[in-house]
Amino acid sequence: MTPELSGGRPATAGPGTDKSASYALCLGDDALVMAQRLGEWIAAAPQLEEDVALANIALDQLGQARSLLGYAGSLMQPARSEDELAYFRDERDFRNVQMVERTWALPGGTGSDFGVTMARMLIWSTYQVELYSRLASSADETLAAIAAKAVKEVDYHRDHATMWVLRLGDGTEESRTRMQAGLEAEWGYAEELFDPSYVDQELVADGVAVDPSVIRDPWNSRIDQVLAEATLARPEVSPVRGGGREGIHTEQMGYLLAEMQHLARSHPGASW
Amino acid sequence: MTDRRDWPLWEVFVRARRGLSHVHAGSLHAPDAEMALRNARDLYTRRQEGVSLWVVPASAITASSPDEKDSFFDPAGDKIYRHPTFYDIPEGVEHL
Repeated sequence: MTPELSGGRPATAGPGTDKSASYALCLGDDALVMAQRLGEWIAAAPQLEEDVALANIALDQLGQARSLLGYAGSLMQPARSEDELAYFRDERDFRNVQMVERTWALPGGTGSDFGVTMARMLIWSTYQVELYSRLASSADETLAAIAAKAVKEVDYHRDHATMWVLRLGDGTEESRTRMQAGLEAEWGYAEELFDPSYVDQELVADGVAVDPSVIRDPWNSRIDQVLAEATLARPEVSPVRGGGREGIHTEQMGYLLAEMQHLARSHPGASW
Repeated sequence: MTDRRDWPLWEVFVRARRGLSHVHAGSLHAPDAEMALRNARDLYTRRQEGVSLWVVPASAITASSPDEKDSFFDPAGDKIYRHPTFYDIPEGVEHL
């Protein structure tokens, strides 16, 4: 946690404080869980070069998570550290969307699927670019600073995903089929990203938070553009029920948390 | 996808900062030039090593052969007059 970010507590801890913490917690949990899931590709990607690319992206997400969770924790009463928030909360207390917590397997499959991964990365990073580019002008200076740094990172993530979706979609018949299957698997989870119910409307009115529903149109046009160029069909899949923002998660979340948290819980307070 | 040999080899050149030349940094595999450039960014500029990148298909490079080493390089060995070591540098000149 860099000092300039952890010291960002507003001088007057007004009524908006807790809402800001909840907001930062949602965005931080998204990035944390995405980072943890992406880490599974390390030493397992189709090529060494892709291993490094995905590890870089995972570490970018982790960096964003640290900033956001550190800030959220600093606003809480009593204050909580980023580690406490990451390692010592249980599943129901996590506020991430369900998209980021699921394994990379196709429905009914078991192994990680590269098509699923690139589909999710495209959906996710396109969303994050739209989110962070707006949050960079937040009235909350800390959130604005975190977003301004992150937007350059996620812009590259989107570029990486776009490159692969174009190549796999407009590639061989086999790669196109598998890329389309990946899209179909992820599509239903995209709707949750734009559900504004977790964002306090007062924060939006004050220019602190971004109303995610305004991101939907720019997201759609960007995604449609990539899909058209990649000769892929826009999936027609009903949205899943969601509920990640209220702590309702898929059955895969518990396993992810167990892996992420077991070391810190086995050796509380340990540092290295 | 699992066979690395499907992807051609690319040589990577990094310019550390403005005014310097691109210097060979290493090589990588990538399916095409655009992806090679991105892989180069991820592999060779993670620690701010550069401000500009070139990727060149390794197959486009014509290299001297180790067999030709003697005829290529040895004749320069005893031509010390090719080195600018016979000039007296005037005092006070820092860079020549």
